[in-house]
Amino acid sequence: MTTLDVHAAPEPAPVAADSILFQPITASSSGFGSLWEVVRISFGSLLANKVRSLLTMLGVIIGVASVVSLLALGNGASASITGEIEAIGTNILTISAGSQNRGPGNATAAQNLTMDDAKAIEALQLPVIGVAPQLNSSAQIVAKSADKNAQIIGITPAFQVVNNLTMQQGSFISDEHLQGANTVIVLGATLAKDLFGNGQALGQTVRINNQTLRVVGVLTPQGGSAFGSEDDRAYIPITTAQKRLFNARTPDGNGYRVGSITLSAINASDLDALQSRVSMLLRERHHLKLDGSADDFNVINQAEILGTLNTITSMMTLFLAAVAGISLLVGGIGIMNIMLVSVTERTREIGLRKAVGARSHHILMQFVVEAAVLSMTGGMIGLMLGSIIPIVVTQLGVLDAPIDLQTVGVAIGFSLGVGLFFGIYPAQRAAKLNPIDALRHE
Amino acid sequence: MISLRDIHKTYQMGDVLVAALQGVSFSIDKGDFVAIMGPSGSGKSTVMNLIGCLDTPTSGEYVLDGVAVDQLSSNDLALVRGQKLGFIFQQYNLLPRQSALRNVEMPMIYRGVSGAERQRRALAALNLVGMGQRVDHRPNELSGGQQQRVAIARALAGSPSVILADEPTGALDSKTSIEIMELLRRLNREQGITVVLVTHEHDVAAYAARVLTMRDGQLIGDQRN
Ligand SMILES: Nc1ncnc2c1ncn2[C@@H]1O[C@H](COP(=O)(O)OP(=O)(O)O)[C@@H](O)[C@H]1O
Ligand SMILES: [Mg+2]
Repeated sequence: MTTLDVHAAPEPAPVAADSILFQPITASSSGFGSLWEVVRISFGSLLANKVRSLLTMLGVIIGVASVVSLLALGNGASASITGEIEAIGTNILTISAGSQNRGPGNATAAQNLTMDDAKAIEALQLPVIGVAPQLNSSAQIVAKSADKNAQIIGITPAFQVVNNLTMQQGSFISDEHLQGANTVIVLGATLAKDLFGNGQALGQTVRINNQTLRVVGVLTPQGGSAFGSEDDRAYIPITTAQKRLFNARTPDGNGYRVGSITLSAINASDLDALQSRVSMLLRERHHLKLDGSADDFNVINQAEILGTLNTITSMMTLFLAAVAGISLLVGGIGIMNIMLVSVTERTREIGLRKAVGARSHHILMQFVVEAAVLSMTGGMIGLMLGSIIPIVVTQLGVLDAPIDLQTVGVAIGFSLGVGLFFGIYPAQRAAKLNPIDALRHE
Repeated sequence: MISLRDIHKTYQMGDVLVAALQGVSFSIDKGDFVAIMGPSGSGKSTVMNLIGCLDTPTSGEYVLDGVAVDQLSSNDLALVRGQKLGFIFQQYNLLPRQSALRNVEMPMIYRGVSGAERQRRALAALNLVGMGQRVDHRPNELSGGQQQRVAIARALAGSPSVILADEPTGALDSKTSIEIMELLRRLNREQGITVVLVTHEHDVAAYAARVLTMRDGQLIGDQRN
């Protein structure tokens, strides 16, 4: 029958009749048992191409790292700004002289807020801790052996309550001082030290605009705030400021001007109601018509400022994150690119797998899992790298920028989403391949 | 086991229709060893692809192991291939980065066979083809003949009804071709496995019990050795 030498072949092992190969195969028909194996196949091929896998992940790593660090730093910065505002107090309403759109011809309007206005507000018996009118001016303070230019603030005793000021030495401006327009002064901690040295200020005198004032108190250091240090300022009775130092008589000569009036609400939630009540009173007192003519005063609502700042900082954070998100998108396109190359390269492998029984969903799964694993691993590495800067910044005390759970979730979620989104197209291409054509592919 | 009736297969190449098969009918019994011969372009591979459920006929009936497979969806065809058929290719088509054992196990993954059973079956199949000592070798550490043995083990391991081989010795030298054909004949005789192979070498066809001859998309000869 043949001329070939049949003995050239090595003898295959004899097979027993009870060999496993004769037993019916036991298979779970659902095919779900095979999904885990498909995941293992994906990991296997990623590990087989370590360098390429790493390079493919690079885009996602950079994207996620920048999203994470920018989110953390942005949130940290916004928390710090909010914190400073909150330290000043979110329950404060400040009414200042002058209209919001103050034109060159409105110079007199700026002079319109008076001591009587402050008394009228006080007479409303509003739910406030205090009503504190003040008149600020900067002037040269001359002491025996030193002098300094400083903010001189004319205040009423309510100022101490409204601003939570405590004394290091002596006492604050009293009602008596106010009544008598006494020539007394309270110094901020730094200013007291600059003028007199440590602990020497109380009882001494200073000269401002040729008036001699007696130091009756020194404040405890308050620390800096966003708007300059209160420790550099000096406080005098507002009546003294108006009558003796800065001549703040109103143009009609019947009263005295104030620079601003500060209200400290008992409940921050009352601020809006307080604002409209006070505005109404002032419009009435200033004889402003109800036809909508502009206010000749200006109300700053601390809660409003806080809200605006919050909006600005969270918009900034979002904007930065969006910019970082673009690099994540580019990373995703990188994954798609490599996955498409990988599908083309492995056309024969796909053809073989389909020829021997793999169904479309097995192939789809294999490549989607590969893309998802690539981007998830990239996301994890990116998360770790992206945490470095916020952690270092926090450790150094520059800024408190914690990596919160939400940031971690965004990073992982986005990278998984990117992997699935950009992985599905190449995977579908692979799953649709015709096994005959695929096997013929070179 | 295999029954083809009046099978036509027409390919469209641009505007031209190529009639690769023009009314082919034959049956193959369980346990038979059939070689399909014929000149290049006569339709051998086309008919093998149809028998192998890799493609569907343009018209005609095909019943495999009691299942009418001529109009199944591509996913159902994949299921049939996995359960009933074992393939041997001219180019072996082993996965290059995987061991012989993993290669032989691979088709069973898609049938949901447990890892332990896969491994037992794969080892038994590798032993059967004389590759029991090289289960951990990768394809590039094996000769062509050894790779084809692994491929045969892969076809065997899932207990198929039919083994299909399109030019299984096409890439092998004559000495190795003999070894492979000896192995296939042994499996056919001792295991009763149905084997259908395509070849254009008479020496190879001589191992078969029955030779079908094709020309121009038609069956022109059917003889028993
Ligand atoms: N995918 C295809 N598209 C178009 N024509 C094809 C395709 N496959 C095969 N053919 C044609 O069908 C005929 C039979 O091919 P084939 O079955 O491969 O022959 P053999 O295997 O006997 O050499 C040939 O004329 C070939 O060109
Ligand atoms: Mg051919």
